[in-house]
Amino acid sequence: MLKAVILIGGPQKGTRFRPLSFEVPKPLFPVAGVPMIQHHIEACAQVPGMQEILLIGFYQPDEALTRFLEAAQQEFNLPIRYLQEFAPLGTGGGLYHFRDQILAGGPEAFFVLNADVCSDFPLGAMLEAHRRQPRPFLLLGTTANRTQSLNYGCIVENPETHEVLHYVEKPSTFVSDIINCGIYLFSPEALKPLRDVFQRNQQDQQLDGSSGSWPGAGTIRLEQDVFTALSGQGQIYVHLTDGIWSQIKSAGSALYASRLYLNRYQLTHPERLAQLIPGGPCIRGNVFIHPTAKVASSAVLGPNVSIGEGVTIGEGVRLRESIVLHGATLQEHTCVLHSIVGWGSIVGRWARVEGTPNDPNPNDPWARMDSESLFRDGKLLPAITILGCRVRIPAEVLILNSIVLPHKELSRSFTNQIIL
Amino acid sequence: MKALILVGGYGTRLRPLTLSTPKPLVDFCNKPILLHQVEALVKKAGVNHVILAVSYMSEMLEKEMKEQELRLGIRISLSHELEPLGTAGPLALARELLTENSDPFFVLNSDIICDFPFAAMAKFHQHHGQEGTIVVTKVEEPSKYGVVVSDADTGRIHRFVEKPQVFVSNKINAGMYIFSPSVLQRIQLQPTSIEKEIFPVMAKEGQLYAMELPGFWMDIGQPKDFLTGMCLFLQSLRQTQPERLYSGPGIVGNVLVDPSAKIGQNCSIGPNVSLGPGVVVEDGVCIKRCTVLRGAHIRSHSWLDSCIVGWSSRVGQWVSKGCGREWVNSRTWGGDRQLVGERVGGGERRWGASSFLNPTSSPTCPQVRMENVTVLGEDVIVGDELYLNGASVLPHKSIGESVPEPRIIM
Repeated sequence: MLKAVILIGGPQKGTRFRPLSFEVPKPLFPVAGVPMIQHHIEACAQVPGMQEILLIGFYQPDEALTRFLEAAQQEFNLPIRYLQEFAPLGTGGGLYHFRDQILAGGPEAFFVLNADVCSDFPLGAMLEAHRRQPRPFLLLGTTANRTQSLNYGCIVENPETHEVLHYVEKPSTFVSDIINCGIYLFSPEALKPLRDVFQRNQQDQQLDGSSGSWPGAGTIRLEQDVFTALSGQGQIYVHLTDGIWSQIKSAGSALYASRLYLNRYQLTHPERLAQLIPGGPCIRGNVFIHPTAKVASSAVLGPNVSIGEGVTIGEGVRLRESIVLHGATLQEHTCVLHSIVGWGSIVGRWARVEGTPNDPNPNDPWARMDSESLFRDGKLLPAITILGCRVRIPAEVLILNSIVLPHKELSRSFTNQIIL
Repeated sequence: MKALILVGGYGTRLRPLTLSTPKPLVDFCNKPILLHQVEALVKKAGVNHVILAVSYMSEMLEKEMKEQELRLGIRISLSHELEPLGTAGPLALARELLTENSDPFFVLNSDIICDFPFAAMAKFHQHHGQEGTIVVTKVEEPSKYGVVVSDADTGRIHRFVEKPQVFVSNKINAGMYIFSPSVLQRIQLQPTSIEKEIFPVMAKEGQLYAMELPGFWMDIGQPKDFLTGMCLFLQSLRQTQPERLYSGPGIVGNVLVDPSAKIGQNCSIGPNVSLGPGVVVEDGVCIKRCTVLRGAHIRSHSWLDSCIVGWSSRVGQWVSKGCGREWVNSRTWGGDRQLVGERVGGGERRWGASSFLNPTSSPTCPQVRMENVTVLGEDVIVGDELYLNGASVLPHKSIGESVPEPRIIM
């Protein structure tokens, strides 16, 4: 019997996902037409013997989350529960805190998945690797190019045994081109090292007195406190994959992840991809259109487009490399490229909403998203244009490389700006 | 009467348009610039001999002028300066032609557009009986020009001040004059500036008078002013000959459309637009404050504001399938293929637009946005979905990438 834990974080995390994260917790943001963590849940539900999925995080449970859980339980016929941390406990603290729930029923092993990754989730292969040689910790690793590996957790492995010899989180100099995917398979023994870290942290706190320089009580950072500390001691192993993988930290990376998933739908969910039908809009490449969306027949969509629930797309609209969230309207002749149009937003006729993609170099198979800061040298870096919830763009203007906060009604064109 | 029009040289300020056509022949509101002046000279003042002072001899100009001679029934001479003669020298060069009779003659800068007051000028000049008349016009920012100080009642000019630092007067030299032939005694056949060397002397002698120009005036020698001049001209047309303006569904404000132009459905054309012969505007296009020259093609759902679209240019690419193109640098990226370059005919590479070449797909969705005095030269192709902001594109160029900041594309 197996379980899965999805670490979903909380509102203090994921600030790079603003302003989209103002409306919906990041784990529920739709990527390729479905909530981010639904991709995780789908993958877990397909593992034979999966008994239960636990979400651990520190969001206050709200209507959106509750509804999502109910719907997911129904669809996948699996118990899915949300365990709320009382305070942010780091990437490992929640696992330790809820260890009893995780180990209830005596699972053989449990997967731990970070919510903000996009992957083809090779869980079956990881399980096989684990069963051949059960160890406390199995990490899923993939390859990045040398410069970009510095943005991730780097793994040095023994190429024969696949043991993790060394682990460093975001080093400043090159360590390894194998990076941590944030997808793990732990056996129940993994909780012992977590306990050790927890107890050690407690002692250190008591000794030191002030809580200034130490993380909060109960906080455990998996990467630094466990992986780095235990590497080279025969406890941590890595399974390599060259399937799709990307982190989803910012809106730009959500668009890129959307493209990866949409492409994968050709294999896994072809019914989710829009087809060219007579009288329907022109479809290019991979496009997801929610069944309740209304799209004019002279519109040209794609590649890499996701259209959400109840969206209206007018005549002559050109929509490419973008996500249109639920209830938004694109009026006639608009052109939306490399953008995310927020819930309920309205884009006026002939307006042009355009961003700049910062996607990994498509000619380099190991290229990953770069570290995604908003600014460099005081200037806003050209990036995906984001319209927050209920933004109104007037007719005929240009919104280029800008971020518009929710409920804003614009009156003119903007380039390279954050509009409060 | 005779008229001398100072046509000048290469018209570099109106590039890239003047790389294909000599400036006098560039269409302004569907008629060559020069013809606006020549027709007015003929119709309003009975001029029967026009002399064009050129410093660059163009075959195209010669040929066109021969046709106009026949059509208008007048004589058109070309006076070609082989070395620069300034703004007064050309008069000396054309001395023999100008003194064939003893009547006063007009002198005009070729870039001027206004409601030409040639009849009034002739009368005014005859009335004061002195050597020269200058038309002046009132402007908001006189310090950019040469300013004229004159007597309010008689119009007698006291002095000229070039680009004054403090406010002197708001009347500037509008570039239209009448001179009596005696003025030619003041001018030598050498580089001479009429504003700096001739006028000040004439003013001092009380031989120079100013006539104020009512109505609009514009020097259309550069694209920004060309468009402003178009707006003023169309507005004036609304007053004088409103039947020449176009009206119909989707037309807003003052719009001039050649009868052979075609406009699609659900468009918004105007205000202040002129569409030349054979222009095609597809469905869903919005055009404001633009000049679209002969044979240009604006593809559907595009949006243009303050642009000049050159002859035979295409805004939005027409991808014709099966024309023997070669895929160059095609990338596969998430399963989609993006056309990065294509080779056409004589080996010239053209950068095409992003188009997914699926044999069953419908035509491309052009959706081009152009604004801020973007000027396309002759035969330019702008790829689909691009954004051009203040781009100045040389002839026969294909644009495959957006131009978000003003620059010149060679």
